[in-house]
Amino acid sequence: MKCNKLVDAGRRQFLRGGAMASVGAVAATIMTPEQAKAQALARVDYPANRLANIADLVVNEPIDVAYPDEDSPAVLLKLGQAVEGGVGPDGDIVAFSVLCPHKGWLLSYSAEDMTLNCPGHHSRFDCEAGGQQIWGHATSNLAQFLLRVDDQGDIYAEGVDDLIYGRLSNVLA
Amino acid sequence: MAYKRQIDRLPIIPADAEEFNVTCHYCIVGCGYKAYTWPMNRQGGTAPNQNKFGIDLSAQQYQETEAWYAPSMYNVVRQNGRDVHLVVKPDVNCVVNAGLGSIRGARMAENRPSKVTGTQAQRLSDPLVWRNGVWQPTSWDDALDLVARVTAKVVEQGSEDDIVVSMFDHGGSAGGYENTWATGKLYFESMKIKNCRIHNRPAYNSEVHSTRDMGVDELNYAYQDYELTDTIFMVGANSMETQTNLYLNHMVKGLQSGARFIAVDPRRTITIASSEQYAGAENVLHLAINEGTDMVLFNAILTHIVDQGWVDADFIANSTFQGGEAVAQDEAHPAGMGSLDYAMQTCRTSLDEAAGICGVPAADIQKAAEWIAMPKDDGSRRKCVTAYEKGIIWGNDNYRTIGALVNIALATGNIGREGGGVCRLGGHQEGYYRPSDAHVGRPAEYVDQFLIRGLGGVHHIWACDHYKTTLNASEFKRVHKRRSDMVKEAIDGAAGGTREQVVEAIVSAINAGGLFVVDVDIIHSQIGQNAHVILPACEANEMNLTSMNGERRLRLSEKYMDPFGNSMPDALIAAKMAQHMERVLREMGNDAYADQFKGYDWETEEDAFMDGYNKGNPEVTYDRLRAMGNNGVQEPVVGYENGQLVGTTRLYTDGVFTRHGREDGRALFAAAGWRGWQAPGKAREQAAHRFWINNVRANIFWQNQFLDQDNDFVQDRYPHPFVEMHPDDMVDLGLNPGDLLEIINDNGVTQGMAYPMPTLKRNTVAMVFGSPAGSQGNVVNPGVNELVLPDYKHCWGDIRKISDATAQTRSISFKSHEIML
Repeated sequence: MKCNKLVDAGRRQFLRGGAMASVGAVAATIMTPEQAKAQALARVDYPANRLANIADLVVNEPIDVAYPDEDSPAVLLKLGQAVEGGVGPDGDIVAFSVLCPHKGWLLSYSAEDMTLNCPGHHSRFDCEAGGQQIWGHATSNLAQFLLRVDDQGDIYAEGVDDLIYGRLSNVLA
Repeated sequence: MAYKRQIDRLPIIPADAEEFNVTCHYCIVGCGYKAYTWPMNRQGGTAPNQNKFGIDLSAQQYQETEAWYAPSMYNVVRQNGRDVHLVVKPDVNCVVNAGLGSIRGARMAENRPSKVTGTQAQRLSDPLVWRNGVWQPTSWDDALDLVARVTAKVVEQGSEDDIVVSMFDHGGSAGGYENTWATGKLYFESMKIKNCRIHNRPAYNSEVHSTRDMGVDELNYAYQDYELTDTIFMVGANSMETQTNLYLNHMVKGLQSGARFIAVDPRRTITIASSEQYAGAENVLHLAINEGTDMVLFNAILTHIVDQGWVDADFIANSTFQGGEAVAQDEAHPAGMGSLDYAMQTCRTSLDEAAGICGVPAADIQKAAEWIAMPKDDGSRRKCVTAYEKGIIWGNDNYRTIGALVNIALATGNIGREGGGVCRLGGHQEGYYRPSDAHVGRPAEYVDQFLIRGLGGVHHIWACDHYKTTLNASEFKRVHKRRSDMVKEAIDGAAGGTREQVVEAIVSAINAGGLFVVDVDIIHSQIGQNAHVILPACEANEMNLTSMNGERRLRLSEKYMDPFGNSMPDALIAAKMAQHMERVLREMGNDAYADQFKGYDWETEEDAFMDGYNKGNPEVTYDRLRAMGNNGVQEPVVGYENGQLVGTTRLYTDGVFTRHGREDGRALFAAAGWRGWQAPGKAREQAAHRFWINNVRANIFWQNQFLDQDNDFVQDRYPHPFVEMHPDDMVDLGLNPGDLLEIINDNGVTQGMAYPMPTLKRNTVAMVFGSPAGSQGNVVNPGVNELVLPDYKHCWGDIRKISDATAQTRSISFKSHEIML
């Protein structure tokens, strides 16, 4: 089996799991009526996290990032031509979760056709088409991050458009 | 832009949620799922003691976790009259799928009807009767009274042969033992309907007559045989796509343990590509034969095995017929049957001869024979499991081709043994339990042609959509619509009349060539557009349903929600229909005939199960099946011991073959003589057109998309039926990816969307079967075999562009389906 360069920073750590996971505090306090109302209406509040600077990006070379927290591995990509959902001066910068929405295997990037591929069960996602599943077993397309670029060229992630594998709330609570 | 659900969190299943056993509705594999429901005003929490998994859900869960579900696995549904949260997720403890979900089954929750979330708003909720120029909702009694009066009147003035019935015979979905029994009892016991057909073909017949005539039931192995075998021999099937978790959870384990993989398919499928990844390309042999030549290949493999002395002589001596010809070829048997020597007189084919006809190297055919049967270095026999499906079932010369394949398994003793088996892979699950169909006859009536010829006056349709799933569909649609429109006009003309006057108008229209159509379905189907009465049915889990999978594994899939609106199980619709028939016939003074419709006093689907399946299998009850959970029991059930149903892992372990009903218990070989294109018109069509229009499936769609046509995730991927083509052929025709095209031949026209596929041979296309937006059946000629099995797979046409890509098709991915690792 030939193997393209895996997007593997943190991969071993991730597969082993657990060690880096922060301890979630279980809030047991009683909420006031105002608090309860606010929580009921809200979607999760996404953090705005800096992923990289435009100057860090080379066309078709993925950078490993994580969002909304360090336990959610992802890639940041400059595709070389504008795509829907792409940001930056060339409209070609995108970021995707790399956890396969089928069974959570870590996807590997194929620079040859700009796809993310699952070594477990062979699902494939198109980075040039919003993470659309080209072929596979997942019942979602790949979660893509909402990006913003500021005046300094810093790239921020500010949201996710589908549920990330392995969490029932994109922002862990 | 790819479809996204914009969901950032899901309700957590609380620790005390109700739990139900679910067998996937869809394919033959029947993966185990668990359904969880709980009240709307509550949810679980992230602390281990607050959720069903007993796990800290405030932390990221890892690969293959049980403690996660996708948005497609969630919905809000009605249960006992109130809304509840629902999660349906794969069961890690089910031996069939071990927690894997397919792209079909893992959307079961999302594909439930919900008035809260708006999913599957297409589901039928009330009986509809054609009145005042439209379908008017009405009560069950009103609708069924009309059905019974027209049906009874037509039988009275003619005979039961004037009633035509299209009825599913499968398990899963809305099939299963309950519903096949009820419809079977109505049409084969209360009535003796001869002019009937099955959901996917134009007659009431087996798809695998020859293997049964040889004594070999088509589902004889256990899925674990793929893990125990030396060679997987797959013909005309694409399991990664269509029996997904059988492939991933069983075949892949075999491949990773050193099994070799032989694929016979004119097309390089995703199963072949993935098998190369899992087994190594050197352990995968793809025989990309010319379309329709499978039988020649099998005969050559058999000949080589026989000539090399690799047959299982003991098995042949003890378990197969020895005296020459046992069954002569005749009208009902398109090939003679007998001993191996007898069959070899007809089957003998050299490697070179086969190479010439099949278009693959003789060395590859020899290699296939070696991988199947050449003894290992230590002299022990190789184990080989043979799997086949629509590529030959819906292919050229069904009877003889399947016979030729089963010959190889018999000659090598690969039936009834670990790591063996020769089985169809299957489409739907199975769930057939009906009174005898012997009165239908063999060959059975070609019912679609019967209707086209203007015969029959009443057409009862149970979850069949000929518009998408028949051959010669263009003509069928024209005639069916014309005949049913005559009745619609008669009803419109009788507006304001009494029930008697309306019935009289309908019967007059029937006598003038019209057709009264009753459609029982869960949605408005395409053929249902011609219906005069539409009756809303429900599906598995809106009722309790029993079915068996491709290794005969029987499960009870439990009811966890209410039927949508006033819909109800087919079993109870059939019962009500029978009761109305009895009442109406009595009113008409025909007591003797009315008495035949007694015996339907069922309150629930369980009553139908006890009336049918349980009478033949007294050990099997709902309670016992419920206790067996998602692993169920493999049929036939042979006992009940220590609180467990006792099943049968694989058939024929004693070497006694019975499916043909012969008392000697010996299997027969088929004299599978090659005769080129068997079905009428195929050779001429092939010569007249450039493209072979192969009819294929895709994992993302379930069958004819009856639910998926209303699923945004699916329709976003393929807004039109794909027509995969070689890129050079696309250039020839001026087609870009996503352009709309039409396929034309003498049978009709259909349309689809161009999708480049560089692995296809030139001048062939692969078009998805059964699409609502372009039925391939429109261009398939009426040719069938002697037993009325359709050859859907062989169809040729020309292609022309009809439009540039639309806004929808332009934005989808057109990249190769094959994994890039």
